Amino acid sequence: MTTVAATAHRTPAHHDDRSFIRKYIFSTDHKIIGIQFLFVSLFFLLVGGLLAMQMRWQLGFPGKPMPGGGILPETMAPGGVILPEYYIQLVTMHGTFMVFFAIMPLLVGVFANFLIPLKIGTHDMAFPRINMWSFWSFFAAGLVMLSSLFVPDGAARAGWTMYAPLSARHDYSGASFGQELWSVSIILVGLSSILGSLNYITTIINNRAPGMTWFRLPLSVWSLFITAILGLLALPVLSGAAIMLLFDQIIGTHFFDPAAGGQALLWQHLFWFFGHPEVYILILPAMGMVSDIISNGSRKPIFGYHSMVFAIVAIAFLGWIVWGHHMFVSGMNPTLGSSFMVSTLVIAVPSAVKVFNWMGTMWRGNIRFHVPMLHAVAFVAMFAIGGLSGIFMAATPVDMQIHDTYFIVAHLHYVLFGGSLFALFGAIVYWYPKMFGRMMSEPWGKVHFWLTFIFYNCTFFPMHITGMAGEMRRLYDPNQYTFLQPYQPMRVFISISAFLLFATQLIFFVNFWWSLFKGKKASQNPWHDNGLEWSLPSPAPHGNWETVPTVYRGPYEFSSPQAAEDYLPQYIKLPTDREPARAPVAGH
Amino acid sequence: MHWWLPLKASTFTGPIDGLFLAILIITGIAFVLVEVGLIWFIVKYRARPGRKAFYTHGNTRAEVIWTTIPAVTMVALGLISNHYWVQMKGRNSIPPNAYPIGIHAKQFEWQITYPGADGKLGTGDDFTVRNQLHLPVGRPIVVQLSSEDVIHSFYVPQFRVRQDVVPGMDIKAWFQATVPGTYELGCSQLCGLGHYRMRAQVTVHTQEDYDAWMKQAAQEASP
Ligand code: HEM
Ligand SMILES: [Cu+2]
Ligand SMILES: [Cu+2]
Repeated sequence: MTTVAATAHRTPAHHDDRSFIRKYIFSTDHKIIGIQFLFVSLFFLLVGGLLAMQMRWQLGFPGKPMPGGGILPETMAPGGVILPEYYIQLVTMHGTFMVFFAIMPLLVGVFANFLIPLKIGTHDMAFPRINMWSFWSFFAAGLVMLSSLFVPDGAARAGWTMYAPLSARHDYSGASFGQELWSVSIILVGLSSILGSLNYITTIINNRAPGMTWFRLPLSVWSLFITAILGLLALPVLSGAAIMLLFDQIIGTHFFDPAAGGQALLWQHLFWFFGHPEVYILILPAMGMVSDIISNGSRKPIFGYHSMVFAIVAIAFLGWIVWGHHMFVSGMNPTLGSSFMVSTLVIAVPSAVKVFNWMGTMWRGNIRFHVPMLHAVAFVAMFAIGGLSGIFMAATPVDMQIHDTYFIVAHLHYVLFGGSLFALFGAIVYWYPKMFGRMMSEPWGKVHFWLTFIFYNCTFFPMHITGMAGEMRRLYDPNQYTFLQPYQPMRVFISISAFLLFATQLIFFVNFWWSLFKGKKASQNPWHDNGLEWSLPSPAPHGNWETVPTVYRGPYEFSSPQAAEDYLPQYIKLPTDREPARAPVAGH
Repeated sequence: MHWWLPLKASTFTGPIDGLFLAILIITGIAFVLVEVGLIWFIVKYRARPGRKAFYTHGNTRAEVIWTTIPAVTMVALGLISNHYWVQMKGRNSIPPNAYPIGIHAKQFEWQITYPGADGKLGTGDDFTVRNQLHLPVGRPIVVQLSSEDVIHSFYVPQFRVRQDVVPGMDIKAWFQATVPGTYELGCSQLCGLGHYRMRAQVTVHTQEDYDAWMKQAAQEASP
């Protein structure tokens, strides 16, 4: 038996003499870049939320002046009453901001950057400068997208999926500059992800600390690794499609315009060939981080580590052959629909395996409900609902009824909000001490969690019901249809829940900012975790370690009989441990 | 307010609602298993002083079981669904005696062309009506969908039928109404700022009423 605390060692930080600009603005330090991504994408999360609030106002109280809507220009909401052309901009920009500028950069931009070098034990990314460019092209993309809300005829209007030819021809959509800015911004976002992915893949393959074998990698790193591969292969397709769309918009090509010999469905195939792998980019890192947190919270090794890794790989592989499930009724050959249905149903299997393994991890654990653990368990509970609703939609005959209804909206929010965003809240609270050296407030974290959990379900669960009733997506006013009028009370309920859900997020924002300055000082290893990052002081210094640690075991050795405490970090050498065979990789 | 699928008014409602229910039962079992399991573990295994978690890395038999059961269920579900899919949407699914109606979608209306007395589209007695879809009950209908501009989608929830209308493509979809009455045809693909009001009234008549309606409508439309 060895005592963890006795052997844990503090490593002195690098002496740091960079200028303010090199340190915090044009930084090449992976941790600072991760934190830059964090601030910027939390801001975009707020923007996306504000757009959603306006939609919910219109749906709950159609045609009524929106409180505070008076400040919007005549072209959006004269007298505070939302116009149909503004409503479809809201729909489009909400989806776009949430997918490309909030969830994706929060998961990948923030946590791939922050966690990979810390968890595999290296000083920085393989290409720190490329990493910096990845952030700045993301930032530029965000500014372009944001500015499109303020151009004369408004932002893009064809939904976040940007179906052509509505998106390709200005006379169809009624917007010109806004549509073009969307394409430019997406090209830049693609560039950012491609640069980032290259870096993550190279770093994980080459720069692991001595002893950090593939099967000693934490699942968070495994999932970020697979996500990076998906990103590297999927984003070029999106960028290419966006370039073609931009050409259609500005130089008169007609790739997607059937009126001049183009193909409308070509866009959908390109978009979803990117789009389905993209939804796994939006969930795999969340799954990985949740695995780390659940194992920690349960004080138990992750159940079925190898099947968890294989499930990630299987999801990533199958994710390439299911894109047609977004196109069952698009006019695509129905025989293709059959094969896409089967591949989609099969992809539910590795998802189920992951859920069972998380449950297996909690089984006979000694569960501590710290704030990250609450979010991680909620992730499992909510992701299960989203995964199960996916099965309805995967069955082609049923999809004929529920495609493009609120049932889909419910599904995607169960996986993206109930799934990814819950995981993100958990992950932010969990790694906050290593980022900033302070803890976020525990009681306020719990209040935020419970209110979010309640209002979230009140907001999104009823959408399954209105979707089953046939309420179509992206309708400015569903009451146009007599069969949808009886559901107006439900829409009011959803809207009020949504407002409360939004208000609850202010607790998180305040807690986040307040703790930055006033939070309790964090100890080196506040969660009693096993990862390499916890061998560093909080916050982790520039350059991480003077000499990288050596790894002696897997990341989930909780409650091991070999240690007195209920955790046994990867970097602790027990008398029975042998030095790893591989020589340390040279640092930078 | 009705907490289920819409009223049933076509022959597709049987298999689609049945499949929906079957999936609801399967996923319902999984749902209860997962959620009750989670709550149970949360309560039973919450941290208590002096206790240590059970140290285990997993169990191969459990992995095999919980991989195989979902896999078999999903493949079976796929085969059953495909059986109905082929009947509804398959390449050769349209009954040869189906009654043709032409539907041309444009921002933001439905132009509906009826075959006239000869029952054939593309002949001299065809006539076109805006936003009014009339059909006879109990007889397969094939709608021939085309678009003037962008993608729209033909959707009648009570018939459980949906088909995107794509510019540059001629797409046929069929269904058979079972209950006379009035319904709504909606556009379910975002097609521009008037998308929300791109609707048409659907009237399902008995064959006699339909013939009478058609005679009158043909006269009104022809002058
Ligand atoms: C068990 C696994 C899953 C299955 C079987 C599944 C199935 C499907 C299907 C069939 C659709 C298309 C439905 C339609 O438009 O008619 C869909 C849509 C969608 N799914 Fe999933 N899904 C799964 C997991 C996920 C995950 C993990 C995410 C994201 C994190 C996700 C995000 C989405 C989104 C965003 C859409 C809507 C896209 C749009 O039209 O705007 N899904 N899903
Ligand atoms: Cu998909
Ligand atoms: Cu429409």
